[in-house]
Amino acid sequence: MKFNLKSKPLFAALVIALLVFPFVTDALLGHGWVRIADFALLYIMLALGLNIVVGYAGLLDLGYIAFFAVGAYTYALFCSPQFGLHWPIWIVLPLGALLACFFGVLLGAPTLRLRGDYLAIVTLGFGEIVRIFMNNLNAPVNITNGPQGISMIDPLRIGDFSFAKTHEFLGMDFTTVHLHYYLFLGFTLLVIFVSLRLQNSRIGRAWMAIREDEIAASAMGINTRNIKLLAFAMGATFGGLSGGLFAGFQGFVSPESFSLMESVMILCMVVLGGMGNITGVVLGGVLLVILPEAFRHGAGPLQEAILGKILIDPESLRMLMFGLALILVMLWRPAGLWPSSQHRRELAPDEATVHQEQETVYDASR
Amino acid sequence: MTHPDKKLLELTGVCKHFGGVTALADVSLYIQEGEIYGLIGPNGAGKTTLFNVITGLYQMDHGTFNFDGNVFERSKPHLLAQAGIARTFQNIRLFANMSVLENIMVGRHVRTRTGIWGALSRNSSARTEELDIAERARELLHYVGIQRPVNTLAKNLSYGEQRRLEIARALATEPKLLALDEPVAGMNATETESLKTLLQSIRNDGITVLLIEHDVKLIMGLCDRVAVLDYGKKIAEGRPEDVRRDPAVIAAYLGGEAA
Amino acid sequence: MDIFLQQIINGLVQGSVYALVALGYTMVYGILGLINFAHGEVVMVGAMVALTSLQVLLGLAVAPVLAILVSLFVAIVACMALGYTIERVAYRPLRNAPRLAPLITAIGVSIVLQTLAMMIWGREYHAFPQPFANSLHAVGGAIITDVQLGIVIVALLMMSGLMLLIHRSRFGRAMRAVAENPSAAALMGVDINRVISATFMLGSALAAVAGFMVSANYGIVHYYMGFMLGLKAFTAAVLGGIGNLRGAMLGGVMLGLIESLGAGYIGDLSGGFFGSNYQDVFAFFVLIAVLVFRPTGLLGERVAERA
Repeated sequence: MKFNLKSKPLFAALVIALLVFPFVTDALLGHGWVRIADFALLYIMLALGLNIVVGYAGLLDLGYIAFFAVGAYTYALFCSPQFGLHWPIWIVLPLGALLACFFGVLLGAPTLRLRGDYLAIVTLGFGEIVRIFMNNLNAPVNITNGPQGISMIDPLRIGDFSFAKTHEFLGMDFTTVHLHYYLFLGFTLLVIFVSLRLQNSRIGRAWMAIREDEIAASAMGINTRNIKLLAFAMGATFGGLSGGLFAGFQGFVSPESFSLMESVMILCMVVLGGMGNITGVVLGGVLLVILPEAFRHGAGPLQEAILGKILIDPESLRMLMFGLALILVMLWRPAGLWPSSQHRRELAPDEATVHQEQETVYDASR
Repeated sequence: MTHPDKKLLELTGVCKHFGGVTALADVSLYIQEGEIYGLIGPNGAGKTTLFNVITGLYQMDHGTFNFDGNVFERSKPHLLAQAGIARTFQNIRLFANMSVLENIMVGRHVRTRTGIWGALSRNSSARTEELDIAERARELLHYVGIQRPVNTLAKNLSYGEQRRLEIARALATEPKLLALDEPVAGMNATETESLKTLLQSIRNDGITVLLIEHDVKLIMGLCDRVAVLDYGKKIAEGRPEDVRRDPAVIAAYLGGEAA
Repeated sequence: MDIFLQQIINGLVQGSVYALVALGYTMVYGILGLINFAHGEVVMVGAMVALTSLQVLLGLAVAPVLAILVSLFVAIVACMALGYTIERVAYRPLRNAPRLAPLITAIGVSIVLQTLAMMIWGREYHAFPQPFANSLHAVGGAIITDVQLGIVIVALLMMSGLMLLIHRSRFGRAMRAVAENPSAAALMGVDINRVISATFMLGSALAAVAGFMVSANYGIVHYYMGFMLGLKAFTAAVLGGIGNLRGAMLGGVMLGLIESLGAGYIGDLSGGFFGSNYQDVFAFFVLIAVLVFRPTGLLGERVAERA
């Protein structure tokens, strides 16, 4: 997949749109939606990280949020009154990413030599275990503060520049949600850059080869276990990084933010948009952050208007939607709603090759 | 250069069991550098099992495995690929959703080095290597005679082209031994003939070839030496014209194809 | 009170439940090579349906024994229908798709079932009716309740029945044939699709019984109960050797014992740092340990290391 932004005017338009976005949104929809956009960017970062694991290397990670949690709690513990530590972010963010990476390797090393299903279930368990530890590591020694979580976390700060205050540039007020928008946008672009570079590289090709046919990949001399571990660790690293940003932005972390549902939501973003396709994943992320918000504002009143009462609360509706989306996309549009250029060609293949491909895939999975 | 008297691969006393079934019983054979070596036998004779042992997909239970002067006891496919054994699959296993060029480029993996840092920074050595990989892949595509846009998805190739692409992908690993599992299965006479020419030119380039084949005619016309497996045992070995007259072989094939 | 013996009893009881659920995972895996992620949710649905049925029947003043039997039957039928539907909707269309696809639909099915259960039965914990006085029996310094005794007995009966079915019946032979080699079985005239459907239904029936048992034992039902239970039962299946029926039973009982002894003694072992609230963690470490040291499980012959 390549960005079709070779044309300069289009590219310039996109840059300007991204830059003025928070102000336009602020003016049109209000402050709250800029905040939602900030969260959307965090989720997009997470989805892009998971995309390396699921989309490129074809490994199903069902506990991805745990790495996000590791990053968030690292930031929270080292930048809050909890231990009276206030480390600078240029130490804490990399530290969180590194710790997440460490857990990724710890988890991946034993499981990645086995079939993919094992990784799925082990990561599923890991997500739950991390939550159990966060919930319970408040006694007898209080580390995580248990279910109450950690509050009064230091805001993101570079030198003397705090992202939690309003700053004035060029006669315009940049409030905290605006500043975080630009910071997160920067990080998101960084993750996109890394993803793009990796995708068209020797390593990226090895990932995709493993995704397509692991046995053939190993016969080509690819050390499948190490290369898979690399993908898993990279994904975890991005998760940890986003987690740190999340903690600094929100100022508060608690185990509740890291439930299985969050992992499923991120997986949804990747699957819905189209696995392995960066544009698709970004669009999937945007869609899945905005839709629930729209539900929150729209579904309740709509149900009341039509049915006279609230039949399904928006939260349940959101979960139901995620579950159904995973099933329906896999059944009808396995390449996602926005297939990459490669996948698009694949949507209209001739019958014979499809049949033959299915045969080989069946063989491969046996 | 080829050395007709150098043993590239030597197996002695290879045994392989699956549960209670003996798939290979005490098979010994050697392949000389520069030859085309054929492995034939009726269905279920253990050809594919032996092939999978040679390429590292299965571990043998007993026996010794010597390739190019190195002993391999328990091995993995990727280590053998690194050592210089490349293979194709009986039921074509291409990377279906990758382009033909990318398929071959994956084959270069084992002979190239760029890691994460090189991929991210695109420094000069990474760029040079990437260009070399693509260049070599194009050459191989041409070499095996696939005339298609390089970004065609592998699964959209014709059957014969897929077989050729698999060979190109294997050649990209710079093998000393190219192991082909029934390369002409399902091909028509013209395709078979042109594949035969391709295999001869691969051999002329100094690559040793191991061939499992059902098509006895192809084996007879192409191989320097053949071994015949039956019920997991090697029942004959030698020049094709001698082997085809071997009574044990004729009995194994019920006097059919081999006669 | 003898704590050690008590933990053994608790472990055996819990292990019987794990074993029944693990059988469902292992049967499906043996036949399709697929981990049915949604299986834990089937257990939950079984428990929930049994809950509602019991409430209704007891409300109508039906005799308790009859109410229990009927509820169990209703739960079994509901779960079998559910298992059948899950296979038809989420797995069968993807039988020849790449591996990732059925895993993703399976997690989707889990989420849908969980959410539907939450919408129907609410987020709260429900008390599971106990129509009998649950009397206690002393066993050499430890205590076992009627319910616990019932669980172990019923689990044993179910497992023996299953073994008979699989090793003695026509259907069992067909099932083993499909597990061994689906295409050969098809050539021999076995209707693979029917065998697969039946396997899902059989596993789901066991899940319903397990759901009933676990609810009766703890006296509590909750829409989220299937998740952890499923995870642990899967661990039990892997511990015993996934795809192996005897392994699933052995793994279930062993996991039950490990958990119960672990929870009983972790406080002493860690100097009070960890308490029994870490009980849910053991299964996970067992799973990792098995995958590291013996991926084929205790009784497994199948090679786990396949692509």
